[in-house]
Amino acid sequence: MTNDELKSLTSDKTVDARGTACPGPLLAAKKAVADIQAGQIMEILSSDEGTKSDIPKWCKKMNYEYFGSIDEDGMYRLFLKK
Amino acid sequence: MSLEIENQVKLLEEQLKQLQGKQAKDQISIIVFSGDLDKVLASMIIATGARAMDMEVKMFFTFWGTTMLRDKHKSGKGKDLMSKMFGFMLPKGSSQLKLSKLNMCGMGTEMLKGLMKKKNVSSLEELMKIAAELGVEINICQMSMDLMGFKKEEMIDYPNLNYCGVATYLADADESRVQLFI
Repeated sequence: MTNDELKSLTSDKTVDARGTACPGPLLAAKKAVADIQAGQIMEILSSDEGTKSDIPKWCKKMNYEYFGSIDEDGMYRLFLKK
Repeated sequence: MSLEIENQVKLLEEQLKQLQGKQAKDQISIIVFSGDLDKVLASMIIATGARAMDMEVKMFFTFWGTTMLRDKHKSGKGKDLMSKMFGFMLPKGSSQLKLSKLNMCGMGTEMLKGLMKKKNVSSLEELMKIAAELGVEINICQMSMDLMGFKKEEMIDYPNLNYCGVATYLADADESRVQLFI
């Protein structure tokens, strides 16, 4: 997805994992994804660059659809569908 | 002819069943041999991360690794002199572990702990708590316990703690898709 497409998504849940280091964002995402239903969209905010590589791999493993990420000054917004 | 095919199908089905039984599970086995802060930290990050990936996690603490599972506030009773000496010389729990490099009489370790706090990296104690919540299984080598003179009553409270021997590790590792020795 392009940045504009990602920005136009409405997330059913947003996880703010900014400030935490590996494996913080992954653990936060894992915890939060339990609160949404299949088909719903979740957004993860992270300041750890490794998250950009980790979340797509995690999505693939868990069979979630990964949409992409947006870089915004000092943080990353990652989108997925459960 | 059809009977022959039927028999062949039966044979194949049996072989398939056998193969499926031997297939490795979505599981990771980690041996923690080291009692160095940095190495134990790495093992706990991998363990908690693996649980987030929905993998079963089996950790085996042996040799110096067992020192990290001692409880600072507990002590074992009825130890002989050698066991007492060992118990005194070895780290008592996660907070007393040292770095494998740049320890510099403990200065380096304290510096790293300060850095971890500043950069929001979870401490070993926090990771242990998360591991317990996520259901990471911890096995302790009974032989190491006996060798170092550690008693069960001086080990930490952890929901999934077992004492075992080498066969437990081997049986679990045989079923695991990923194995690590740290």
